[in-house]
Amino acid sequence: MILTIAHHELRRLFLSPLAWTILAVVEFILAWMFLQHVESFLAIQSQLLGMAGDYGVTEVVATPLLGNAAVVLLLVVPLVSMRLVTEERRNKTLPLLFSAPLSMTEIVLGKYLGLYAFLLMQLLLITLMPLSLLTGGGLDFGLLASGVLGLVLLLGGFAAVGLFMSTLTQHQTVAAVSTFGVLLFFWLLDWARTGNGGGALPYLSLLNHTEPFLKGVFDTRDVVYHVLFIATFLALSVRRLDMDRLGG
Amino acid sequence: MNHENLLQVEGLSRFYGPLQAVKNISFEVRQGEVLGFLGPNGAGKTTTMQMLTGNLAPSQGRITVAGHDLLEDPRAAKAAIGYLPEQPPVYRELSVNEYLDYCAALNRIERGKRCAARDVAKEKCGLTDVGQRLIGNLSKGYQQRVGIAQAIIHLPPVIILDEPTAGLDPIQIREIRHLVRELGKEHSVILSTHILTEVQTVCNHVQIINKGELVLNVSSDDLAQRLQLSVLTVRFRNTPDIGAIATLPGVKNVEHSEGGSLRVYHEPSADPTEALVQRSVEQHWGLAALIPQRASLEDIFLELTRDNNTHSETAATHTTPGMEEVEPRREQRPRHGQVPREAESGERP
Repeated sequence: MILTIAHHELRRLFLSPLAWTILAVVEFILAWMFLQHVESFLAIQSQLLGMAGDYGVTEVVATPLLGNAAVVLLLVVPLVSMRLVTEERRNKTLPLLFSAPLSMTEIVLGKYLGLYAFLLMQLLLITLMPLSLLTGGGLDFGLLASGVLGLVLLLGGFAAVGLFMSTLTQHQTVAAVSTFGVLLFFWLLDWARTGNGGGALPYLSLLNHTEPFLKGVFDTRDVVYHVLFIATFLALSVRRLDMDRLGG
Repeated sequence: MNHENLLQVEGLSRFYGPLQAVKNISFEVRQGEVLGFLGPNGAGKTTTMQMLTGNLAPSQGRITVAGHDLLEDPRAAKAAIGYLPEQPPVYRELSVNEYLDYCAALNRIERGKRCAARDVAKEKCGLTDVGQRLIGNLSKGYQQRVGIAQAIIHLPPVIILDEPTAGLDPIQIREIRHLVRELGKEHSVILSTHILTEVQTVCNHVQIINKGELVLNVSSDDLAQRLQLSVLTVRFRNTPDIGAIATLPGVKNVEHSEGGSLRVYHEPSADPTEALVQRSVEQHWGLAALIPQRASLEDIFLELTRDNNTHSETAATHTTPGMEEVEPRREQRPRHGQVPREAESGERP
């Protein structure tokens, strides 16, 4: 049942030009960055050979690319997520879901998975770029996998925030702006570090829990952080949609 | 199975903040009944329907659908309901077939049976020819039909239609009414509307709601009985003295009406027509017109929804057939007709 809704969401996403445009634009921008990374790798290749340790193409090309992808997607996710619930509310199609024999959790999870599947497709397209380097040499698959896993978790969080924000309002722009605001805020919480050297705020930062993955450090605490982050916003979405029924 | 109560509503209330949109409504719907839910704008029709379908949580009260409590066992209860909201909940970018398939899946119809369910729903709603077309490109009438198809795709015992004919042209209205009548043969249908003729043509049970209160709940047979008025409108070339007519057997009251005609109120059992004609001939009054009157549903409706504070009393007096209380005020209808409607719309939440 959840999958039915997820499939439906994904399908409607691809029926609009928005999804295709976003896939294309993001891919284009990141391809440009990818080429720059490859360029710089070629420039410093000879120096790297002289250095000790395994400092190779994965570190110089793949890791920065995934880091860039995280920032670009932070800008783009609000644009995809904004219509999830707002549009249904606008077009008055929510009663279809509410009067069907579904629980609110199923509705929320279905919508979430639909969006998540789209973002994972985008990530797959991005990952293909470093993988293309296999034609000319080897890659550090452990590092790459860790980085991709980090992004998978991060995108899960992005999607959850986007979904929640779209349940709050009837206006897509409002949903997009607030999603962007919340995501950026969680990203920048890290800056609190510069003040008096830490505290709880940097610990809540999305950035601090994603960077280790990009560096190849797999820490279950980071995984738990992301899972909790996702679960929190999904639970908030369920509550908010329930309010539609209760409030008024 | 026959005459089973498919939908039972007890003491249903709903508050929007301090405003009580629905006040302690109780009713039930039996199998094969087409219930017309009638009321002016803002009377609480939509709110009630939203509560019946689980789109809005009631502040108080119980709703039982096909034996399942809507609040305790929402999944089973909702599976027994098909709902068409005021605005059909269609996705414009999908084709009719895609959309109905999705609705079938949402209502947990098994994969293998979805196609058949879709085809049945399409056939019932006259959508067979437009299956491949995008819903956004269909006319309003067809979109409405898609909305109805969505509501009946899982063959629910109870179908709830919120103003299914709103915004349609007369031909489409007739088609939708025909469709509703057809549906009423197999399902129970609840239909909300503010169009009175719709209720007269389609429904076999009528409820009138005003300001959140149920003011009338009768079968349409009772309604038809109530529509039989004991009033004659007569016009004479030489209008006689009112007293001369009032003395005829069975006549209760006579009054002047517009255009120089007279309105003769009589006992329902004793029709004075014959005596009146005879007297007219004898006295050379020159009878020019004699029209037996039928009260329209509008009369009852306006009477019941008129702005006064004694709804419950009115409702009580009017559950007995006979229009005695209503009639004397009939002539003021045009004036009063405007007042309550405006008052209603002003209070819309």
